[in-house]
Amino acid sequence: MIYDALIAPFVEFEFMRRALAAVIALALGGAPIGVFLMLRRMSLVGDAMAHAILPGAAIGFLLSGLNLFAMTAGGLIAGFAVAILAGVVARTTELKEDASLATFYLASLALGVTIVSIKGTNIDLLHVLFGNILAMDDPTLLVIAFNATLTLVVLAVIYRPLVIESVDPLFLRTVSRAGAPAHLAFLALVVVNLVNGFQALGTLLAVGLMILPAAIARFWSRDITGMICIAVASAMVSGYAGLVLSFQTRVPSGPAIILVATVLYVGSILFGNVRGVIRQMFPGRHLEA
Amino acid sequence: MAAQLQFRDVTLGYDRHPAVHHLDGEVAPGALLAIVGPNGAGKSTLFRGIVGIVKPLAGTILTGDLDVREIAYLPQTLDIDRSFPISVFDFVGTGLWRQTGFFGGMGKDARDRIARALAAVGLSGFENRTIGTLSGGQMQRMLFARVLLQDARLIVLDEPFNAIDAKTSADLLALVQRWHAEQRTVLAALHDMDLVRAHFPETLLLARGEVAWGTTSEVLTAENLKEARRMCEAFDDSAAACAADEVPSRAA
Repeated sequence: MIYDALIAPFVEFEFMRRALAAVIALALGGAPIGVFLMLRRMSLVGDAMAHAILPGAAIGFLLSGLNLFAMTAGGLIAGFAVAILAGVVARTTELKEDASLATFYLASLALGVTIVSIKGTNIDLLHVLFGNILAMDDPTLLVIAFNATLTLVVLAVIYRPLVIESVDPLFLRTVSRAGAPAHLAFLALVVVNLVNGFQALGTLLAVGLMILPAAIARFWSRDITGMICIAVASAMVSGYAGLVLSFQTRVPSGPAIILVATVLYVGSILFGNVRGVIRQMFPGRHLEA
Repeated sequence: MAAQLQFRDVTLGYDRHPAVHHLDGEVAPGALLAIVGPNGAGKSTLFRGIVGIVKPLAGTILTGDLDVREIAYLPQTLDIDRSFPISVFDFVGTGLWRQTGFFGGMGKDARDRIARALAAVGLSGFENRTIGTLSGGQMQRMLFARVLLQDARLIVLDEPFNAIDAKTSADLLALVQRWHAEQRTVLAALHDMDLVRAHFPETLLLARGEVAWGTTSEVLTAENLKEARRMCEAFDDSAAACAADEVPSRAA
């Protein structure tokens, strides 16, 4: 019974194994990025960026139909353009990063919807908006795995300046010029992972497997390494459980994954040992020191 | 002896409005200089100019043979995100950036140096605490520990003794005096005039521009302090372009 429900779908169906491999790769790449987005108070920036990649993907779609490589390349170009433009404007003018990004992503989103509506059908639009993790082919899976690997390597390179820039940006600016390149590289990683999530979960939910696991981790760890590990683990659990839920109940896979992550998030709000609700209501006796 | 720091008709500010206006002067190597002045006098802006965060609107700041990135800067704690989940040990360890850079590991020597810096400021045992759990005084001690690790010849301290108790002030002042004895150049923005008179031989009284600069007893006179208080704090949006700036540009 348990085997049939939890394991058999992955043993019997190749598309489920591919989907599982995809969510594991998405978790490994996206969750650490989500932790930094959250700690840098940029959670909504991720959401904005998810919309910003739409016109590029739409142009790819317009040129090549539902070709994921074309859509990925277009998404990356649009995402990078918006990320870099927003970053440059924020660093050279009075406009803060969020406002700067909002202006660019709104223009980008409007352009994207216009492009999709010129050529696409409702089914195409649904695919763009919600992705389809159960329709992974080998090349797509390889792209996702490559992007996840690239993310971890680049994150390792920029980790130290990224942490210092997050906690004490003035200090980093006094000892190094690495702050701006690290920030731009980080924004680029956000885009790479959004495009990754975009293929599996669609533009609307791509950011979900980045931000929700990060928010879950905040309730279970006080240290950044612990947060990253917990975020990756909870993203993997959400991905696996979401796929099972989708297979057993025929709920669309993308929303199922994000709903499972949401359940974990609500559980963490309630039971988390770092300022969770229950912990705060029943803190136990005070300590001696 | 060549100056450690030179201000050559420096104007620093934001959006064309000067926060420090036409400052000229030199700081000798090994000097212990207090920068005093009312809120909005330009002390923090001057420090940000020295460490390269704010670029001069006019004039130049020369740091002698020092690269600007070799200057240790203690910012006001407001500039630090205390909610970030980083331990005291890791935070102080960032002071070793010049040695570690992007990838350098924290070997035994580095860990020992961090431990010694923490011990020097009385924070032994706090290594694994996250910075958000520190009190104001402990936070300031931690920042001093990072400056210690930077081992810099020019040290810039922005209001280092604000909102901390007398014991912590005394401990940290002892560190400042140690740096002075080691012939490091130390600049500190301060509000406590008694402390400045007692421990800082040289003072710059700043009120956007220089009001007085020299021996502390000669600078901190009632007349000079009154003059400094008269300064205008608000930017004037309808101000005309500074006439003084036109002279050198024409000459150039």
